[in-house]
Amino acid sequence: MKRLLQKRITVIAGHFGCGKTNIAVNLALALAEEGKKCCLVDLDIVNPYFRSADNEKQLKEAGVRPILPEFANTNVDIPSLPKEYGSVFVTDECAVIDVGGDSDGATALGVHHQQYEACGYSMYYVYNYYRPYISDPRAAAIMLKEIEASSRMKFCGIINNSNLGVETTKEDVEASFASCDELCRLTELPLAAVTAFPENLPEGGVPIKDVTRKLF
Amino acid sequence: MSEKLLMKGNEALAEAAIRAGCKLFFGYPITPQTELAEYMAKQLPKREGMCLQAESEVAAINMIYGAASTGKRCITSTSSPGVSLMSEGISYIIGSDVPCVLVNVQRGGPGLGGIQPAQSDYNQAIRGLGHGDQHVIVLAPNSVQEMASLTGEAFDLADIYRMPCMILADGALGQMMEPVDFGAHTPREIPEKTWATNGHKNARKHNVVNSLYIAPEELEKTVLDRFERYAEIEEKEVKYDTYLTEDADIVVVAYGITARIAKTAVRMAREQGIKAGLFRPITLWPFPSKELKALAGTTKAFLSVEMNMGQMLSDVKLAIDCAKPVTHFGRTGGMIPTPDEILIHIKKAVGGDN
Repeated sequence: MKRLLQKRITVIAGHFGCGKTNIAVNLALALAEEGKKCCLVDLDIVNPYFRSADNEKQLKEAGVRPILPEFANTNVDIPSLPKEYGSVFVTDECAVIDVGGDSDGATALGVHHQQYEACGYSMYYVYNYYRPYISDPRAAAIMLKEIEASSRMKFCGIINNSNLGVETTKEDVEASFASCDELCRLTELPLAAVTAFPENLPEGGVPIKDVTRKLF
Repeated sequence: MSEKLLMKGNEALAEAAIRAGCKLFFGYPITPQTELAEYMAKQLPKREGMCLQAESEVAAINMIYGAASTGKRCITSTSSPGVSLMSEGISYIIGSDVPCVLVNVQRGGPGLGGIQPAQSDYNQAIRGLGHGDQHVIVLAPNSVQEMASLTGEAFDLADIYRMPCMILADGALGQMMEPVDFGAHTPREIPEKTWATNGHKNARKHNVVNSLYIAPEELEKTVLDRFERYAEIEEKEVKYDTYLTEDADIVVVAYGITARIAKTAVRMAREQGIKAGLFRPITLWPFPSKELKALAGTTKAFLSVEMNMGQMLSDVKLAIDCAKPVTHFGRTGGMIPTPDEILIHIKKAVGGDN
């Protein structure tokens, strides 16, 4: 996990449904475990529910400062940025930014790209081989470029988070390697990590916990 | 490696519709259903189809009416307030005997309500989707997999019986992500659409799609004929699922996402020595009345669990002729019941009997 947290600000972006929130929450929890002062920003302007605001209690208990949009998980259907978001650029606190899906979601980053440049950031592209239509590395590469264009920021690496939710097996994770390698080749970006739940973790992978809100 | 894909319920439903040969989507965006329309907008133009965002739900349903009259498979999707707007058009479609698939990814109501999940449009779907003597087939998926496989089935049922078929889902099913296999539905044999207004080319008599009848005798006959078809559907097309009901003292009746939560509660009850079971209607109309009535012979009580104030409750009571006590537990307004809450009500229901 540490290898992904090289700059003060870590930005997690990608196709919607590839597991960004799960990774962002895990990264914030890892920072807190190391005793670092940190915050997690729910910057998702796309999803009405199943978002990092669901993990508010867990994050607070772990010592992470959650920065959540005022209306997350309410009936206000208006994309809005959290009011404390600006604090990320003026404090020395570590920050994990959980961006909404696709280039639409990444638009929320664009307005502050100069502040991100000034502070220094690592932005990772999360790849999930089992999501339709971005499974193909060429399609995933196009989406990556679209996100860079709408965010006006640059990715520094790819996180392979290929999974089928609770049904994922180790073989499923391994079957994604070739496509992810091709994505790295097409985008000239390094593979930053392979993330998976501990029971499916391939050698050298980074274990993450499933923090998605459970209804049943 | 798995052949499955990881998808949101809304996306899976859209993909299943396209794979079922549906190339026409007309709709108007509304949370928590919008990913479905978005998916259609992105995919249909690339796959020999067309997605059109109408100016309102009223326009969308009338576009469906027109498209469906040609015999082409078409679909519209919306969420609760949108269905109310579509109501008139749905009745016209029923009265004209044309097939189509309607999707309601329910949210809390009444009124503008909210954007969180609900099941409070049960009565609307079952009893009053449009004016007049009518029914539509209503399917209630409980997983992302069923959002896909029941969509294929919905198109088949609509075509076979020449009527609308509704997928009654909810925001949680629309938004949650699960693995899905698109090979799970086996397509059925579809009768030739000799009624469709798709150009007679002077080779046959021209077809008329219409819901207006000048003579009341004639209108009465169309309704009576339609109700014969409804009786056939009630006989042949009931779908349901059971879990541990054989020896159950208490049967929880729940559909959709609530059935998933109730299943966990039933498992918890069993661990505590309570003989609980789950009965899950998959077709809400036709309602699995006979199958539920059979259970009334063996169980001691029923607990109906829904995300509403108790709408299926009366169907459960009617099905079993009030032979056993039936209680209701529900959350509403966008609140989702937890397994623990359901367990409390399972205990209450069995406790009252001891």
